[in-house]
Amino acid sequence: MTPVAVMVGANRVVAAAGIIHPLGNAELSADDEKALRRRIVAQALEALKTEVARPTVFSSE
Amino acid sequence: MPLRVVCYVNQFFGQLGGEEKAGVGPQVVDGAVGAARAVQQALGDAGTVVATVICGDNYVAEQADRALAEMLKYVRDARPELLVAGPAFLAGRYGVACGALAAAVQAELKIPAVTGMHAENPGVDLYRRQVYIVETGAEATRMLAEVTRLVALALKLVRGEAIGAPATEGYFARGLTRNVEVATIAADRATAMLLDKLAGRSFTSEVPRPAFASVPAPRLLKTLEGATVALVTDGGLVPKGNPDGIEALNATRYGAYSIEGKAGLDAAQYDNPHRGYDTSWVKQDPHRLVPVDVARELEQSGAIGKLHETVYSTVGVATTLAHSARMGAEIAEKLRAAGVDAVILTST
Repeated sequence: MTPVAVMVGANRVVAAAGIIHPLGNAELSADDEKALRRRIVAQALEALKTEVARPTVFSSE
Repeated sequence: MPLRVVCYVNQFFGQLGGEEKAGVGPQVVDGAVGAARAVQQALGDAGTVVATVICGDNYVAEQADRALAEMLKYVRDARPELLVAGPAFLAGRYGVACGALAAAVQAELKIPAVTGMHAENPGVDLYRRQVYIVETGAEATRMLAEVTRLVALALKLVRGEAIGAPATEGYFARGLTRNVEVATIAADRATAMLLDKLAGRSFTSEVPRPAFASVPAPRLLKTLEGATVALVTDGGLVPKGNPDGIEALNATRYGAYSIEGKAGLDAAQYDNPHRGYDTSWVKQDPHRLVPVDVARELEQSGAIGKLHETVYSTVGVATTLAHSARMGAEIAEKLRAAGVDAVILTST
């Protein structure tokens, strides 16, 4: 859904783990799922620190 | 019998003066004054401007209700069959006043009212659904030509003639859908459009996309270690029982839910009315939608200064732009008042 977020003008967009569970994944173990969530939130904090001039997608490498 | 027409103009176009006269209250003058003369000229024999209502822009902007009531009385007393407001061009206060008066005259006096302004006049978005607003330039350099188009549309309205599409008649789309008969079927038209697109020719879509205003990206003014961060979601997190009655789709409401003293969200205490995705997974563990657990850890480790103790939530599916914008503005206002520096909004 990141193209929609960019289209409507959200300035800092982080690609998350999916529509039905943006910050999780039931197929992972509890520990791995939480680690995934930590990575996405960390990415969001990174985005908040970053100056942007236009809608920008921050994707985890 | 020529048509009885009343014009509304501001202090400048009513020849009272410039900004120094913007505080002047409503007055009415017999006949056509200032810019209203252009309306009279465009009307020709079809109508007579019997009165011109003049009011200062600041007076209307600062006490809109009172100014509108006073102007409405002047208009009513002149017993018109048509009101022409403006045109206001790119003058914002004037444009908003033109739209408001035209809408009020239509509603109260049951006569047609038209106005004109530039596309970027704030009056356009506020009133184009209620009144016909003819598109003009930013300045009054082509006044007579533009007033002539405005008057032509107004006369059609008075006579009850069919009004063409916005692009044909030169007014701003009113957001109405009207059935039209066309010679070719949709598949043929779409194919023709695609061919035009591939060949680099211009084409006009039959489904205009909404224009989203660009919002300047704010800069985080503090370090994260000193910042208060809030969590917001449009994914439908609600406490059990959905106390705010947030709609399953087409939402008009949002909720504010405290997470004070909570290290995380207990699935047993939450629910999710969102009907735009399969909510089974986030009901099983609400952190898959709103990461309170991780955010709390970051607060404790000092990576962020503070986690805001209120989570805002709504349902983002088939939600109208107008309600989204309103709810967003209200939530932002509350977050700002609470001293929040940054927001992570999780979306499904």
